[in-house]
Amino acid sequence: MLWETIKLALQAIFRNALRSFLTVLGIVIGVAAVIAMVTVGEGSTAQVTKDVAKLGTNLLMVRPGQPQQGPQTSGGTAAAFDMKDVEAIQAQVAGVRAAAPANTRTMTAILGNENHSTSVTGTDSSYLEARDMPVKLGRPFYESELRTGAAVCLLGQTVRRELFGSGNPLGQDLRLKTISCRVIGVIDEQGVSSFGTDQDDFVLLPIKAFQRRIAGNSDVSIIFVAVRDGVSTVKAKGEIERLMRERRRISAGEEDDFNVFDMKQIASVLTGITGVLTGLLSAVAAVSLLVGGIGIMNIMLVSVTERTREIGIRLAVGAQERQVLMQFLVEAIVLSLLGGLIGIMLGLALGALGANLLRVPFSPNPLIVLLAFGFSAMVGVVFGYFPARRAARLNPIDALRHQ
Amino acid sequence: MTPEVPPLMSLEAITKVYGTGDAEVRALDGVDLAIAEKEFVAIMGPSGSGKSTAMNVLGCLDAPSDGHYRFMGVDVGALSLDQRALLRRNYIGFVFQGYNLLARTSALENVELPLIYKGISAAERRAQAMEALAKVGLEGREHHDPSQLSGGQQQRVAIARAIVGRPAVIMADEPTGNLDTARSREIMELLTRFNRDDGMTIVMVTHEADMADYADRLVHFVDGRIDSDVTQQRAA
Repeated sequence: MLWETIKLALQAIFRNALRSFLTVLGIVIGVAAVIAMVTVGEGSTAQVTKDVAKLGTNLLMVRPGQPQQGPQTSGGTAAAFDMKDVEAIQAQVAGVRAAAPANTRTMTAILGNENHSTSVTGTDSSYLEARDMPVKLGRPFYESELRTGAAVCLLGQTVRRELFGSGNPLGQDLRLKTISCRVIGVIDEQGVSSFGTDQDDFVLLPIKAFQRRIAGNSDVSIIFVAVRDGVSTVKAKGEIERLMRERRRISAGEEDDFNVFDMKQIASVLTGITGVLTGLLSAVAAVSLLVGGIGIMNIMLVSVTERTREIGIRLAVGAQERQVLMQFLVEAIVLSLLGGLIGIMLGLALGALGANLLRVPFSPNPLIVLLAFGFSAMVGVVFGYFPARRAARLNPIDALRHQ
Repeated sequence: MTPEVPPLMSLEAITKVYGTGDAEVRALDGVDLAIAEKEFVAIMGPSGSGKSTAMNVLGCLDAPSDGHYRFMGVDVGALSLDQRALLRRNYIGFVFQGYNLLARTSALENVELPLIYKGISAAERRAQAMEALAKVGLEGREHHDPSQLSGGQQQRVAIARAIVGRPAVIMADEPTGNLDTARSREIMELLTRFNRDDGMTIVMVTHEADMADYADRLVHFVDGRIDSDVTQQRAA
């Protein structure tokens, strides 16, 4: 009997092909839109979260100058730091994993006929630790090289590719302005940041070599401070501020002539932006779902008159309420399942396409897939089934005469 | 005393009221009517006389407001909707003025419809429906949709659907109302044949005296009551 009912429902679906198609279309649009939008939205969020993690959420930047918004380097007139400040932070602030100096200047790196403009940073080994930059090829700086300011350098992947192509850079001599430095290692790929900047375009030198041979002074322009896991960056920031005020002899009531920037601030801004983006996409998706739902509703309600008469005919020839309802319920379920499955496939395909275009990870959320499917299927079943139920409970003559 | 055969259908003081209060309409007002097996009864009367309501009650499509209706001795008023559906399924076939065929559904599938609910297998259904269509002269048109058939042909599909389950009664509500005279006569001849050859009882509502002449009993309704009830010589 169940098989018979399914066959009846299938017959009805094919007999009313247009109505069936429109119902399925409503479900497909709703389900596909939600899945595609949310998948792309969540992919972007995941990408940003990954970027932020790479940026180092437990990283602080200490710079001379008045506090300001954003991570720009701007020394202003305030005095620069020196290596003693770096050592003091490392030694006196609790929870510091690594404190690293960084003096950066944009320079042209030359190798034979090749040249490439890049950012050259003078620093030490703790920089690699603070920024989570493992050496992929070669070796990090030796203590002796740092102490003497030897002319050796580490390259980012972009510089290696631009100057050496697929060749081996180790042991080669690179020219930076007037100095020549030997390549001792290459840093692992860092990727592109959420701002779109290439994070692999750099050359690292021992800070002493930078100070003596490029800058011609003993200043330190930025101090990167990595805080240990589980230690509050807010607390570390406060301690650094207190320490630097003391070291720079700023009296009470006077403003800081330096600032400590917490990378978490960037993280929260980025997370906020993607949150808004995901929210917008979800809203668009919800509207699509609603429109799809209204489409289904519309088709079902428009066909109520015809369906009521059909039910009247079935009742007149001896169908019982249960049999009629079963047929309409199966019909609604078959249409909803069909629409849902097509919608899921289409939605995943569009989501994958969108993720690919935006270069974000494709990670569909099964909960959203279920939710979108469930909602559309519910609309299909409710609006297919309830008018039928009302009709099946009428006196057959009233159903037959339904106008 | 000779044992009396109980009538197939009997209305006892049947009243049917639509609406309430000032809008109340008494479509049937204390109707008594007994119809025996194998009768061919024509019900006539002006619009609003209650003839269609009487037919709907007789066909178990509608329930009376008051009074008792016995079908094969069963008090229909005491039955649920589903139980009335079973009576229709097993004993009653319907022919309507507007044909009431399922749209976009072949003649064959329309005729098979009552058999589906009887739980008859697909192969057997097909065979019986083909036979019924042949009986009404529609061989070769089994796979036509109603929209591809003329009015007379559609009504013949409806008759095939009514008789396919070999019911005890055919209820025909203005079966020729939408047809011209020649087509009407064909329909009446078909009904007469099922009455005479297959012993099916026929109750037919009509407002055309020509069509009523095919019946052997004529019941006339006026204002929800039976005005006259006479046995007559059949035409043809």
